[in-house]
Amino acid sequence: MILKTIALLAYEFFKTGLFSIGGGLATVPFLKEMAVRYPWFTLDMLSDMIAISESTPGPIGVNMATYAGFTAAYNAGGLIAGILGGIVATLALAAPSIAIILLLSGAYRKFKSNPLVMNAFYTIRPAVTGMIAAVAVTLIEAALLHDRFTFVWRDLAGLINIKALILFAVMIIAMNIKPLKKFHPIVFIVFAGICGAVFCI
Amino acid sequence: MKKIWELFITFAKIGTFTFGGGYAMLSLLQKEVVENHKWATEEELLDYYAIAQCTPGVIAVNTATFVGAKRSGILGGICATLGVLFPSVIIITIIAAFINHFLEYEIVQHILGGIRVAVAVLIINSVITMSKKSMVDVICVIIAIVSFLLSLIFSLSPILIVLAAGALGLILKRGGSKK
Repeated sequence: MILKTIALLAYEFFKTGLFSIGGGLATVPFLKEMAVRYPWFTLDMLSDMIAISESTPGPIGVNMATYAGFTAAYNAGGLIAGILGGIVATLALAAPSIAIILLLSGAYRKFKSNPLVMNAFYTIRPAVTGMIAAVAVTLIEAALLHDRFTFVWRDLAGLINIKALILFAVMIIAMNIKPLKKFHPIVFIVFAGICGAVFCI
Repeated sequence: MKKIWELFITFAKIGTFTFGGGYAMLSLLQKEVVENHKWATEEELLDYYAIAQCTPGVIAVNTATFVGAKRSGILGGICATLGVLFPSVIIITIIAAFINHFLEYEIVQHILGGIRVAVAVLIINSVITMSKKSMVDVICVIIAIVSFLLSLIFSLSPILIVLAAGALGLILKRGGSKK
C-alpha cells in the first residue's frame, strides 16, 4: 500500500514535471487532478498547501511537490513514508527538467554564437525583461496592498498597507546608496523579515 | 569535486532565500551566479529564463540545471538542481509534519509581510539591471514595453511571447546583422 502510493507519486509527479510548462504555478492543474483522482489529499487541503508553498522559502513549484508528496504518503503510512513520499515527488518533478535542460544546454553552448540564434536572442532578451517587469508589478501589488477582495472603493487609503509602503521606500533608497547597494539580497530579505515582525507589517 | 560541492551549496543558499516563484530568485542568481562566482553573464541568465519559460518544469529547477551544466557538465547540472531542491524538502517536510496552521501564526504573517516588500524591491532592482543589458536599442525597448503590457494586461502565455520575439529578431536582422 505504502510502496504503491510512493510509486504512483513518482509516476504522477514525473508526468507533472514533463507536461507543466511555464513555472511552478503551472503544476497546480496537475495537483488538482491528483486531488480528484486519488485519496491523497482534498482540494481544500491543496489550497492550503499552495498558500504555504507560496510563503515558505524555496521555489513554489518545488515546495508544492514536496508538500503534496509528503501528505499523500503520510496518510498512507505515517511519518517515515511521508518523508520518503516528499523526496520522491520532488525528485520525480525535477527529473524531466534536468534531462531536457541538460540536452538543451549542450545545444545552447554550441549554437550560442550562431548568427541566427544571436538574432533571435537579441529580441528575446528584452521580451523576457518585459515579462519579468510584469511579474514585478504583481509582486509590488502583493507587497503593498491589503487584500483586494475585501476592498471597498470608499476606503482608498485602507487599500494600501502604509507600514509596508514605508519599508518599501526605505529599501528603495537603501538600494541606491553606495555601500548599502552592494549588500547581498539575503541581507535585505532578513532585514525586511525582522522589520515585518517588529512593526507588525 | 570542490566545484560540484560549491554548486550544491550555492544553489541551496539560493533556494533557502527564494520566496515565491522562480522570478523571485532572480536577484539571488544575479548576486551569486553572475557577480560572486561569475558562472554566467546577465545575458546568459536572461537566455536561460527564456528557455526555462518554454520548456517543461519549474523555472528555478531549469535555471539551476542550466547554470550547473555550464559550470561542470551533467554532474554539475544535477548537483546544482539538487541544491535548489534541498532546502524546500527540509523546510516543507518539517512544516507538513509538525506545524499545523503554519500561516495562522500572527508573527509568521508579519515576517512574510516584510519579506514580500523585500522581494518586490529586489525584483525591481533585477529588472533595472536586466534592462541595461537587454535594451541595447530602440527596437529592444519597444519589444520590452509590448511584452510587459501583453503579459500584465492580457496575461499572454510566456511561450507565445518568447517565440514571437524570437521570430521578430530573425526577421528584423535578416541578411546579416549590422553589428
